[in-house]
Amino acid sequence: MNQSPTPTRDPAVGERGPAVALTALRRDYTVHAKADGARRRTARVIRAVDDLTLHIERGEAVGFVGANGAGKSTTIKMMTGILQPTSGDVRVLGRSPVAERRQLAREIGVVFGQRSQLWWDLPLRDSFAILGAMHRLTERERRARLDRLVAGLDLSGFLDRPVRQLSLGQRMRGEVAAALLHSPQLVILDEPTIGLDMVSKEGLRRFLTEDRAERGTTLFLTTHDMSDVERLAERIVIVDGGAVAYDGALADLRESLGAPRELILDLASPREEPLRVPPGAQCAGIEAGGIRHRIRFSGADLTVPVLLASLSEQAEIADLSLAEPAIEDLVRRISAQER
Amino acid sequence: MADRASRLDRPVGPLRMAAALYGSRIRSQASFRASFAADLAGQALLVIVEFIELWVILSQVGVFGGMTLTQVAVVYGLASLAFGLADLAFGEVEQVSSLVRSGRLETLLIRPVPLLLQLSSLDLSLRRIGRIAVGLAMYVGALLAAGFSPGAADLVLAILAPLAGAAIFSALFVAAGALQFWLIDGREFANAFTYGGNYVATTPGAVFGAPMRAFFTFVIPATLVAYTPALVLLDLPGPALLPQWTGWLGLPAAILLWTATALLWRAGVRRYTGAGG
Amino acid sequence: MLSYWRILTATFRQHTTYRTATLAGIFTNSMFGLIRASILLAAIHAAGGELNGYTALQAATYVWLGQALLAPIEAFGTREVAARVHQGDVAVDLLRPLSFLGLFFAQKLGRSSYYLLARGIPPMLIGALLTGLALPEDPLSYPLGVLTIALAITVAFLGDMLVNLAAFWILETRGLTVLYNSVMNLLSGFLIPILWFPPWLLAIARWTPFPSMVQTPIDVLSGRVGPASAIGLIGVQSAWILVLLLAAAVMLRAGARSLEVQGG
Repeated sequence: MNQSPTPTRDPAVGERGPAVALTALRRDYTVHAKADGARRRTARVIRAVDDLTLHIERGEAVGFVGANGAGKSTTIKMMTGILQPTSGDVRVLGRSPVAERRQLAREIGVVFGQRSQLWWDLPLRDSFAILGAMHRLTERERRARLDRLVAGLDLSGFLDRPVRQLSLGQRMRGEVAAALLHSPQLVILDEPTIGLDMVSKEGLRRFLTEDRAERGTTLFLTTHDMSDVERLAERIVIVDGGAVAYDGALADLRESLGAPRELILDLASPREEPLRVPPGAQCAGIEAGGIRHRIRFSGADLTVPVLLASLSEQAEIADLSLAEPAIEDLVRRISAQER
Repeated sequence: MADRASRLDRPVGPLRMAAALYGSRIRSQASFRASFAADLAGQALLVIVEFIELWVILSQVGVFGGMTLTQVAVVYGLASLAFGLADLAFGEVEQVSSLVRSGRLETLLIRPVPLLLQLSSLDLSLRRIGRIAVGLAMYVGALLAAGFSPGAADLVLAILAPLAGAAIFSALFVAAGALQFWLIDGREFANAFTYGGNYVATTPGAVFGAPMRAFFTFVIPATLVAYTPALVLLDLPGPALLPQWTGWLGLPAAILLWTATALLWRAGVRRYTGAGG
Repeated sequence: MLSYWRILTATFRQHTTYRTATLAGIFTNSMFGLIRASILLAAIHAAGGELNGYTALQAATYVWLGQALLAPIEAFGTREVAARVHQGDVAVDLLRPLSFLGLFFAQKLGRSSYYLLARGIPPMLIGALLTGLALPEDPLSYPLGVLTIALAITVAFLGDMLVNLAAFWILETRGLTVLYNSVMNLLSGFLIPILWFPPWLLAIARWTPFPSMVQTPIDVLSGRVGPASAIGLIGVQSAWILVLLLAAAVMLRAGARSLEVQGG
């Protein structure tokens, strides 16, 4: 069965071209601000996005990362038709976003992590009914899709609760379901896991991966959480100062930077001497009287399973966690290399 | 079974979509019963309290703007009914500036539904039915008390007038919302035309001096909402600028105003996507 | 005392930055003034030049002074305290070293003095140009008038506060706010002078604090009431401030206790 029930008026348009094509994209804001000590407010032009070029093929999954103010949100606004570029060209699913905003809205699903798209005072279920009507889904299409989303995102426990009473994790799963209800070809997630606990994050990531595998959707994701990118995307694009600073596979990025990750092990019984580690890894510290061992390793040389296999031969592991290099660190290194 | 299957696969046209949007709001508000009843009563009382102003004046002077108390009540009831209907359907469009500030407008823009339809349905406030109910009761009651003996044309106008008036006020609300795309802090500015228009519409138009009368007829067609239709229904002569036959101008004025408003709204949304809020 | 003064001046300064909103307010205020003046003047004209002691000039003055007071007394009500009660922020307010009522009154005075200067005076000037204004003969009326405005703002603040504090017990106070403000607009004499009321309505109005909010300062400032009677009206205003202050303090206490019971 066709999983995409969206009644596209001109299917040819939606099928043509890459998922996202941004060419020499630029966006300026005029800010009226009063300088310190000045009497009058002066207009100042701020360039949020500066000559950004990016092509994303259909079916790709891209992590779009950068520090605050790097131009991520502005780019998403231009991709979704909320904002007109100052210059340059945007094509999303072959459409011009601002001119064809409403048609495009049927083909893309957007989650703004900071802003709810659900109806605050209504039960979660009702939000899906309204959105189903907005996307003109037939009753059958809506039910089938909702069943899938409820199962995949584990929504059944709170479908009948008003959105304002949901926990952040529950609400976020609801937001993702709302964005995916109309089976969009391109899914844009703006900080989807911000403020979520580990369990919610994991559930969300698992479902997004599954849904993408089933439907072959294109995924575009901004995040501060490096493990989001790791779990969801194959390709990472780093923006800095409104332009692309790095574009390539995540593994390559790690390699080229040699950014280390840290595995933190809690052993079942204390062990004072360091664990023997394979090449590419090193002991970074032993704490808590030999219970906690920190192992630093570079992601390019060594995978976590290989490392774990070698370590678990030497000691019983009670608990473990993985510390990722912060996005801000990566961006800083990238910028430093560029200059 | 075949019936059930066809219901499941029935395509959702624009009308069913709109019905689903409005229906969801109506269900959600009816669920807060106690506060809803208080709100409803508050709105109803508001209409009555505001009428006391005219009633006090008329108890002192007898005839006001060429009309008796009963005739003024026709004007007041008709205008309140029209304003109430418009307020119900489009009153929340006035909130544009707060939607822009909170960023909620962005979430509305990424949906495949016209912005205006979303704004109209998504914050529908049923408490405004209180105003509509009192307005309707006053309008019908006062017409009957004034000895309304309708011909066919009068009857058509009696039914058409509240609807045309509602369309005029609706256009004013939407224009007020559209202006906020330019003047984000200028919400009060628009009140002069929406609530000010209502104030003028609920008053006999002959009360106003010629410049004001002209402004509130040709620029903001407030006198055409209730006063001039009442002149026709009650068969009264009109003052300068507003002969009796202008009572039929409500609908054409509404169409004109809506055309201008639709253009303004589109330009406003374009300005937003251009400037980025 | 110094901290209250700082709050007052900070609120005043904050409002000076809302320039578009102020201009919009002046425009709308003047438009409503014109509409209201038209209605009252037509009524006086219909009555043959004078209506219950009001001449055309006095009625016009009445309207423009009323428009000038509209923003300072915040005749459409405020919702901040009610919102803070509902969101539970009021618990924090009650823990502050400042008095709860004092804190909000300082903010109110800061706002109101800005409103009076920026939103009140321009419509008065427009009114003076368009219809002329009746001015008091006795110079003493001016300082007394300023005093009655300050007291009127205080009475209005306390009345509004009582409505807001009802949020401790009522889940949704919007209906109450709407109702209170529509009754206040009528009985304060904002819409029409209370002397035009039929006797029974006038009697009701006189037993409420509402005339102290609008009718009193207008009467004193327009010179309709001489300095001697003004002193009496100031006494009435002060009495209402005491009564409302007591009521607000009692409500605040009971509300704080109900917070403790809920553990909020």
